[in-house]
Amino acid sequence: MLKNNGVPSREELTEVKPSRERLQQGPVVIVECIQEIPCDPCYYACPRGAFYPFSDINSKPEIDYDKCNGCSICIANCPGLAVFVVDFTYSEEEGLLQIPYELTPLPEKGEEVVTLNRSGEEIGTGRVVKVLNTKKQDRTAIVSVAVPKEILMEARHIKLRREGQ
Amino acid sequence: MRIKNHPIISFVEKKEVNFRFDGKNLRGQAGEPIAAALHNAGIKVLRHSPRHNRPRGFFCAIGNCSSCLMVVDGKPNVKICVTPLQEGMRVEYQEGKGDIDAGN
Amino acid sequence: MLETDLAIVGAGPAGLAAALEAANRGSNVIILERDEWLGGQLIKQTHQFFGSKNEFAGMRGVDIASHFTELVEQEKKIKVFKGATALGYYEDGVLTAAYKRGMLKIKPRTLLIAAGALEKMIPFINNDLPGVYGAGAVQTLMNVYGIAPGERVLMVGAGNIGLIVSYQLMQAGIEVEAIIEAAPQVGGYWVHASKIRRMGVPIKTRHTILKARGTREVEGAQICEIDENWDPLPGTEKEVSVDTICLAVGLSPMVELLWQAGCQMQLSPHLGGYVPVRNGNLETTVEGVFIAGDVAGIEEATSAILEGQLAGLAAAQKIGFEVEEEKIQSIKANLKTLRAGPVGEHIRQGLAGVER
Repeated sequence: MLKNNGVPSREELTEVKPSRERLQQGPVVIVECIQEIPCDPCYYACPRGAFYPFSDINSKPEIDYDKCNGCSICIANCPGLAVFVVDFTYSEEEGLLQIPYELTPLPEKGEEVVTLNRSGEEIGTGRVVKVLNTKKQDRTAIVSVAVPKEILMEARHIKLRREGQ
Repeated sequence: MRIKNHPIISFVEKKEVNFRFDGKNLRGQAGEPIAAALHNAGIKVLRHSPRHNRPRGFFCAIGNCSSCLMVVDGKPNVKICVTPLQEGMRVEYQEGKGDIDAGN
Repeated sequence: MLETDLAIVGAGPAGLAAALEAANRGSNVIILERDEWLGGQLIKQTHQFFGSKNEFAGMRGVDIASHFTELVEQEKKIKVFKGATALGYYEDGVLTAAYKRGMLKIKPRTLLIAAGALEKMIPFINNDLPGVYGAGAVQTLMNVYGIAPGERVLMVGAGNIGLIVSYQLMQAGIEVEAIIEAAPQVGGYWVHASKIRRMGVPIKTRHTILKARGTREVEGAQICEIDENWDPLPGTEKEVSVDTICLAVGLSPMVELLWQAGCQMQLSPHLGGYVPVRNGNLETTVEGVFIAGDVAGIEEATSAILEGQLAGLAAAQKIGFEVEEEKIQSIKANLKTLRAGPVGEHIRQGLAGVER
């Protein structure tokens, strides 16, 4: 459980999971923000108005998944690095995971990386498809990784396999 | 050890200066606190407590705690965590509470 | 003797925000800052801030510091003394400060104390060994001076500071062995906990540190589990191999000047220790002496900024500068909203006991 060890439980995750149908329709945001804290930049970040206005700044974000097209702009705007985008339609076997990444060195396009779950356990590998790190992201890079669909909902971080890493 | 690569901060490298610590020649960056230069050189013990002679190191980093008092250019009780390093400084361990007249 | 409308002790987020608001209404302001830079602890914060988008949320602390510094340095009504340590505020309304091997004497019409906080310490064997650092010191060494505090760190405390500094250590390429926390729950925001968990750092709640290992420097630590009464559980001791122990076990308000100035003080565990009794405009029981930021109660930087704005305006208003009442009310409303959630509960409870 989040409050005990920082790892969300199944039940906690259900709360922030788009419907199965929506997940099958293409890229969509998953906002793993499961605590009422005073924070609202996600609402202002979305150009499509997919985040409902906050009635109270302490409310948890609520999302209109039909408005979200998985554009990933909100990823780098979340101070808690709690926003991910998943795309189950990426290819036959693979899904695409987009994560915030604030470490150095940055992975490179085409690089094979280890994927980690929410507890930091290695659960497989992935292939970096894109690294977005312009002024807009303000040093929170957005890394897109192609991963087997089975781990798309589990993988939330990556580790580089380079010498000395 | 200096942090070479950082995803958020770009550290500006300053001019290298020479200084003496406990009879050895060391190098650091001009203007950084003496404590930072010593830490970078792997020196963690900065003084010994006056009564029980226990080793003391860098602790608060903002001039509060007196864990890092040393003799600098003959002057005792210098808080080296907030004292900028300059070329040619002489930094030494302090004996006990330090001799106030030593620097004059 | 220097004279001014408002003297501010401390150029952190609260002090700078206050200076800008007061100057904007016509006050001449003098800021005393002990450090050689402005921004206080903001300059060590590499993460994006939470809070409202209207109050810098999404900006990194270090960038908020430069933003404020630039504004303050451009403002002609604000005079800043860096390297000036405030010493006392006396019955005749004179504030003194140690400055450049001499003493400054200031007679301000109003005074704002925004001195911030001190890190707490916890008892364990060898807690004085070199290699045991406060979390603030680790941040200073690593994020201001660019020096790695060590190679492998044990973090003590899973509040926001412990979680954030652990993440910052990883960003600097330093390993974090574990975060231990005596409480049964993570005290900081869960999103901070999640982001270091997925990097593989364990968070061990209901754990404490028994001793630091080493003779001249830290070479390891012994940790153990604790029971419901917070007592160590025999047989659960475990050795960890680290060269740095980082303590993030809380802050207490730096209120010495307020005691000395004769303000009525009250113990408030929810706010971190002794804090001054104040009115709704953050004025203490000594007329004309205001507070803002961590000296008023340990909280986040966003509320420090808002409190600074409020105190700056209230101080200006007190001596006759024109301040719209709506502006004051809107800041109060923002503060209230910020503190309205579950994570603000202890602040609300604390404030209820010290506001008159």
